[in-house]
Amino acid sequence: MTHGSGVRRSLGVEGISRVEGEGSLRVEVRDGTVTDVALDIFEPPRFFEALLVGRHFTEAPDITARICGICPVAYQMSACAAMENACGVAVGHRVQSLRRLLYCGEWIQSHALHIYLLHAPDFLGCADAVELAERDRGAVERGLDIKRTGNLVMSTIGGRAVHPVNVRVGGFYRAPDRDAVAALREPLARARDDALATVAWVSGFEFPDVVGDYRFVALRDPGRYPIEGGRPASSEGLDLSPAEFADLAVEEHVAHSTALHARLAGRDPYLTGPLARFAHNAGVLPPVALEAATAAGLGPVCSNPFQSILVRSVELVFACDEALALVEAYEPPDPPAAEVMPRPGIGTGVTEAPRGLLLHQYEIDADGTIVKARIMPPTSQNQLTIEADLRRVVEGGLGLDDADLQWRCEQAVRNHDPCISCAAHFLDVSVVTT
Amino acid sequence: MTAPTGTTARPRPLLAVWKFASCDGCQLTLLDCEDDLLALAAAVDIAHFTEMSRSTTAGPYDVSLVEGSITTPVDAERIVEIRALSGVVVTIGACATAGGIQGLRNFAASGAYASTVYAHPEYIDALDTSTPVSAHIEVDYELHGCPIDRGQLLEVLTATLAGRTPVIPGHPVCHECKARGAVCLVVAGGGTCLGPVTRAGCGALCPAVGRGCFGCFGPADTTNTVSLASHLVTAGAAPIDVSRLFATFNAGAPAFADEAAAQGGPVPVPRTGPDGHEGER
Repeated sequence: MTHGSGVRRSLGVEGISRVEGEGSLRVEVRDGTVTDVALDIFEPPRFFEALLVGRHFTEAPDITARICGICPVAYQMSACAAMENACGVAVGHRVQSLRRLLYCGEWIQSHALHIYLLHAPDFLGCADAVELAERDRGAVERGLDIKRTGNLVMSTIGGRAVHPVNVRVGGFYRAPDRDAVAALREPLARARDDALATVAWVSGFEFPDVVGDYRFVALRDPGRYPIEGGRPASSEGLDLSPAEFADLAVEEHVAHSTALHARLAGRDPYLTGPLARFAHNAGVLPPVALEAATAAGLGPVCSNPFQSILVRSVELVFACDEALALVEAYEPPDPPAAEVMPRPGIGTGVTEAPRGLLLHQYEIDADGTIVKARIMPPTSQNQLTIEADLRRVVEGGLGLDDADLQWRCEQAVRNHDPCISCAAHFLDVSVVTT
Repeated sequence: MTAPTGTTARPRPLLAVWKFASCDGCQLTLLDCEDDLLALAAAVDIAHFTEMSRSTTAGPYDVSLVEGSITTPVDAERIVEIRALSGVVVTIGACATAGGIQGLRNFAASGAYASTVYAHPEYIDALDTSTPVSAHIEVDYELHGCPIDRGQLLEVLTATLAGRTPVIPGHPVCHECKARGAVCLVVAGGGTCLGPVTRAGCGALCPAVGRGCFGCFGPADTTNTVSLASHLVTAGAAPIDVSRLFATFNAGAPAFADEAAAQGGPVPVPRTGPDGHEGER
């Protein structure tokens, strides 16, 4: 196959696999130049921002959890943060720590899922984890073990792994007893070892040499790696309150595109997720994670999107280590939840979902009925940057044949672990094929 | 995926997993079968499962698992094609079996949701309704839950592959609540609980953390929602809150929809007929 000048190549991938949700991408190349790149999301809309209107503010965590089965805790935590902000309530340290532990469980299961079942097969030339297991069963079993531990943390704290039941605005319905939490120690210690082995394993992969020019946006939480709270910050020095960030991040509904596109100040695309978190916060990682990152060859900033799997592996070490520390220090919150009385107003909550920053903003009335809801998931924030990545990958990969270039494009999408089912549930849905 | 070496006799049955409007949580439950995932992958050929694999084997398929509800004209056609390609169709989760939380749009005025969320609702090509798969095609088995239970999923898969009927309870959560020794919240005055009318299967997770059941698994085989609702209201719950409780993930299940409406909200009485097709445009 030749790709000389004058040849028009059109690549289409319908149904990008191994992302949570369904999307497709379209790339057009004319005369050796990329003329069009579009990541289409063909998830049907579920209209969450509409169906939340009229509901009680206490229902938001359970309802929004159903936006994403992979990161329900992220939705619950951002919803709780927003509602507590609206009602002027700050939860106590113990509730906060228990939330952080639950959230660590979600990071562990989601990152293990993405690294082992969704992303690693790309680097090893396998169609999926089953094929990978035929070659390296030990690796896949290690990934499943880590994932099981993440699920165990979630079910111990939250009642179940998918759509936990124990979370409420203000805290928890019941604080898990000390024995149940202490029982997490051994599996978490094993998972931390396995996560270190993951970093070593992944650092041996071959990474395409692609460097992105990213505007990173991630939370900063003084003295520690951000999970369940913090201030949105950009690599250009912005340092904002959640409400200021909500005002600055503007989403557009573009004709015949398939997702709302978020830009800062209505202008600048940006990237959230592991690369952004790492760039802003590597300095506050615990030693075990930082040493693993250094040993794997990561500097203070990683701008190769294909190495996101490496950063995700480092975050996996961090999440296991952090969860262990929280288990060691666990004191059951008593009462398990702060009392939250509704008052009219607007509340904003931001937390770090495994795949990036997740913003919720609600307006509620005096009796706690939701008047307005806005939810900005990571994937709609990352969409423009993912498209820019695709352009770079295609331009740098014109020498590849169609099948390989197509695979690399799919991989470029998976690099950012897009939860298309989240992003699209607010977004345009019509599939426009040209 | 290739067949394991040494198998010469019967080919492994082909399993396909399909997604419609949903959160992916029920499909994820399949990947959450950590202990059994590789064993399952050896017992069946996972022929189509885009969340997990970029390789697809063309149908027909022996078993199709379907997650999600039907909400677009394209999906209404796609589900018919899947039926034609599948020996057995099993729907999994509240979206596929009852229309899901997005089924709340069935009770709203036509187009109201799209114009709330989108600057340009004219770009949206969605139906006014979110309907269960069974409103569109014949379904061989429905597995309920938001999300489904991992053990029940394995039971349904095992039974289907063995050609027997799955053993899945149709009795209410109360049975499981008693079995695990949880305090009855309705009797003890601990607030609202849908356990008496909700299908068992979760293991009474909510009462175990001191929280009333909120109906993830949808109506049990036989329910008396009228009696439960009147009891809850008598005990002090506001009708709007009782209505909201019935109108969540299984809002489209008739027993729950009727009781939500009887309590006056939180949304107007259904505009569409039971087949949910009237909103198609």
